[in-house]
Order: sequence, then C-alpha cells, then structure tokens
Amino acid sequence: MSAITTDIPVTARSGWTRTQWAGTAILMLIVAFALLAPILFPADPLRQSLRNILGGPDAASPLGYDHLGRSLTARLAAALRLSLWIAAAAVVTSAVLGMAVGVLAAWRGGWVDRLAALLADSFLALPGLLMVLIVSAIVPSTPLAFWIGLTLVLWIEYFRLTRATVSRLIVAPGVQASRLLGFGPVYIFRRHLWPELAPMLLTVAAFGAATAIMTIAALGFVSVGMRPPTPELGLMMVEMLPYYREAPMALLTPVLATFLTLLGLNLIAGGRRA
Amino acid sequence: MIRAVGYRLAQAVMVALLVGVLTFLMMQALPGDMAFRIAAGRYGYDSVNAAAAEAVRQELGLDRPAIEAFGRWFMDLLRLDFGTSVISGAPVIEEIRHQLGASLQLAGAALALSLLIGPPVGVMAGLRAGGWLDRGLLVVSTALRSVPQFLMGLILIVLFSIQLGWLPAAGYGRPAHFILPALTLALGLAAASARITRDAMAGVAGTPFYAFGRWKGLGEGQLFRRHGLRNIGVALVTFLGLQFAMLVEGVVVIEAIFGWPGIGHALVHAIFGRDVPMVQGTALLLGLGFVALNAAVDLAAHWIDPRGTEKAGAKA
Repeated sequence: MSAITTDIPVTARSGWTRTQWAGTAILMLIVAFALLAPILFPADPLRQSLRNILGGPDAASPLGYDHLGRSLTARLAAALRLSLWIAAAAVVTSAVLGMAVGVLAAWRGGWVDRLAALLADSFLALPGLLMVLIVSAIVPSTPLAFWIGLTLVLWIEYFRLTRATVSRLIVAPGVQASRLLGFGPVYIFRRHLWPELAPMLLTVAAFGAATAIMTIAALGFVSVGMRPPTPELGLMMVEMLPYYREAPMALLTPVLATFLTLLGLNLIAGGRRA
Repeated sequence: MIRAVGYRLAQAVMVALLVGVLTFLMMQALPGDMAFRIAAGRYGYDSVNAAAAEAVRQELGLDRPAIEAFGRWFMDLLRLDFGTSVISGAPVIEEIRHQLGASLQLAGAALALSLLIGPPVGVMAGLRAGGWLDRGLLVVSTALRSVPQFLMGLILIVLFSIQLGWLPAAGYGRPAHFILPALTLALGLAAASARITRDAMAGVAGTPFYAFGRWKGLGEGQLFRRHGLRNIGVALVTFLGLQFAMLVEGVVVIEAIFGWPGIGHALVHAIFGRDVPMVQGTALLLGLGFVALNAAVDLAAHWIDPRGTEKAGAKA
C-alpha cells in the first residue's frame, strides 16, 4: 500500500484496493477457523479436564489447554463466533436504524431534520463504552445487551453519512425528475439513493464491526462484559494472564486472534481517514 | 456563532435527558429488592435483615411510584444534585471531584505524551509524502489501530512489568505509576493524530503558496511556521475534540486495568454494584464534558481560521 492510496476515494463498486483484499483474506481465515474448528476438533468449550491443565498442543486441540484443562481451540472458536455474531447483528441493525432515520431527516427536512441531528449529537456525546455498560445494567442477558448497546452506539455514523448524502441527492435533477414522474419513495430510494450509499456503507460497517469486537473484548477484560465460563476473547486473556509464565502461548492466542480480526476489518475499511 | 452556542446548549439539555432516562431505566431494571441490594452493599451480605432493608427503603424513598420517582429524579439531575452514592454514602459530587482529579492527571499526561509523538512525526511524514517515513507511519498506525487500548495495556504490562520488571504494573501515587497507563493511552492517540497531521501537512505542502514560499527563499523552518502551522492547526484542533471521546473510553478501560483511582475505575465499580447515582453523575459529567469541549473546539477553530464559520457552526 503506497502513500497515495489514502487520496483515492473508496469506491467498492469499481474494484477493491490490494489492502482491502488482504483484509478480506485475513477476516476469511478467522471466520473459517471459527466455523470449522468445532467440526475438525470437536470439543465442549466448557468441559474441564484436570489432566490437561495448561497442557500443550495435541491432536485434539492444536492450541493447547487452559488453566482448567479446557480446550483452547474450542474456546477460541466459540469466542470468535460470539464476537462476530454480535458484531454482525449490531452492524445490521444499526445500519437499518441509522439509514432509516437519516433518510427520513434529509427527506422531510425542517424540524424533523434538526431534531434527528440533535438526537444523534447527544448520543455521540456519551462514550460508546459507557452506553454499552449502562445498557448491560438494564438488559439482563449479556449478548442481547451488547447487541442493543452497540446498535445505539453505531447508528450515529450511518445516520450522519446517510443524512449528508441524501440531503445532497434529494435536490439533484435525477430525484426531482423521478418525483415529478410520480415514483414513490421506495423506488427513489432503490434507484437513486441506494447506489450512492452502498459503497460508503462498507467502510462504516467494517469500522463498526471493529468497534463492536473491541468493545466486547475490552469489557470482558475488565470483568463487566460476558460472565465466565462463557468463552470470550477478553475474558480468555484475563483468565490466562496469571499463567503467562507457564503457558505464554495460551495468552497469546486470544491476543493474536483479536488483533488479526481487527486488522482485517481495519484494512477493509482501508482508505478512509481515521 | 450565537446559533452554534445555542445548538450546544440544546445538545447539553438533550444529553442530560438521555442520561436521565438511561439511568432511570437502569434503576427500574435492578433485579430483586433494591433496598436489600443496597443494604448488602453497605453492611455486607451477612448483616442484612428486613429492618436494615426497610431503613434503606425509607432513606432513599424506594417505595414511591415510578413516574413520581422519575420526575423527582430528573429535577434533581437538572439541579446537578446527584444525591449520595448508595455504596459509600458520600455525596456523588464529592466522589466525582475526588476521582476526576486523578483521571485528569492521567488523561493530561497521555494527551501531552501523544502530542509529543504524533504531530511531529505526522509533519515530517507529510512534508515528504511517499517517503520511507510516510510509508512506515502508515503501516505502524494501521497496526496500532488494530490493537485495542486494553490490549496495548496488557502487552506493556507483560513486557515492562512482568518480563523486564522495570515498572509497576498497577497503582497510584508515585511518578513511576504514570508511565505505563499514560503510554498505553498515548500510543493509540498518537497513531491517530500522526495520520491526521500527515494528511493535513501533505495537503498544505502540495499547495502553490507553499511552493512559492520556498521559491522566494524562506527556510524550511520559517516556511513551516509562517504557512504550515496555522493551516494544519484547524485539522488538529478539530481532531482533538474527537480524541476526547477516544480518551474517555480509553480512560474507563485503562483505569480499570491499572487500578487507577479515577472516574473510569469508579464507573466500572458503580456499574458492577448498580450504584445508580454514581453512574448518573459520571455519565452526565462525561457527556457534558464532551459537549463543552466541542463548543471550545468550535471556538478555537474559528479563532485559528476565521473563514467559513457559517458552515462550522451547524456541523458536528
């Protein structure tokens, strides 16, 4: 990736940059591991075995065992599945919510627009972690709380993007013509708005997924996220930290998995400035 | 300008309302009898009985209907009267003032450190766009962005405290305790601010007026001070406003990891103990802090670059 790539606008339609392909490859590897590990190395991620405490890699678990003799392969795969599922769910719901509010605000204009913008800015003022923490105290189930909390955090970016794009497009001749011809909002959205929005959404979605995975792991790491014994990336790190000297690899695997997932997502988001 | 200030005020009220609703829902959602929970938090689980719970219930007015509670709740919030922490019994304002000091020390140290690292590297990379430093910066900042702050903290602890034994892993009070948490926060911030500065600098360095300045014989240093600094200033200052959000999130996690007695540490404990008044006070403080800082950033950006204020007010 040369220095000028940052100046090329990210147009996912007309071909991806090499960086984005690299990111996709890394992410695919992670997803493949998360999905295939239970088939290739079937093991219950919660099953303890005192004989395997801090055991090294063997045929049943190529990543070794943790301090309770649980298979780290199974636990890592389960943790990745959990994080990826929550991230995907949060990205989808926040995209739908943010785009709906964004289109509505730009379309209606006036006080609807101002109110929506004010609401989004107020949500933005609350740090994302704080929002997720508070929702986790309201909603009893932790994965559900993460989903709702992250949706409330991530929708703002979609909203801002959609609002900015749509308010520019809505006055463009193409949309004006369609409206005069009597086409309904659904047609105008599909024909005029969506093709402009779609390529930009990928960047926001990749960043959103990275934020989600980071948040889940960070809260797990400081013991206010998922509860043990659920396999979760942050929890696995904090569980293995005391055994760092005896089993450095056991600590390193969740760390590397988190890093690679985030790296893949950040590379896909690519060209966009921080 | 007046419009912009009015907007920030409306935003502040909205933030307060949001915090009010969220924390009220949080209180309503507490499982079991809240009076028992709070009593257990205060006196320990072994010495809780119905009488103690009843005393707590009377003291905190937990037996009123929900709507009335929300009304009182929100009025108290608007008067910035957060009540007392249900765990420690001390006024929330006092607790927060105490912790805010520690947090500000850490955040200040991190911000200063990141400004020492980030912008200078960014300027050097931006002046020679495409050079080895520029390409190196891109790789390093992409990698750093993929390392969440808690992970950076973990790596630094393992490296400097466990392996090398140079620095304490956690604690507060001595200057040595500052280094690891501040460095953890600063690295992430510096990676981002270096990129921002680099992009702004590369943009300015490519303009005709910069080339003209060089052509008429200004030295590199002179040229940068006269024509570069102010132009990249707006991008950097605007970014600092955004960094605050990053810094706050970082502080919450980093303080919990390094045992730093600040606001983030307190917040995590308050969430854990369902200490709603503390959560409310902290959340409101962070939210309003963000609004105030962005208002300050608006003003600073206006002061650095008086052009285009009409647009700047309505945005962000």
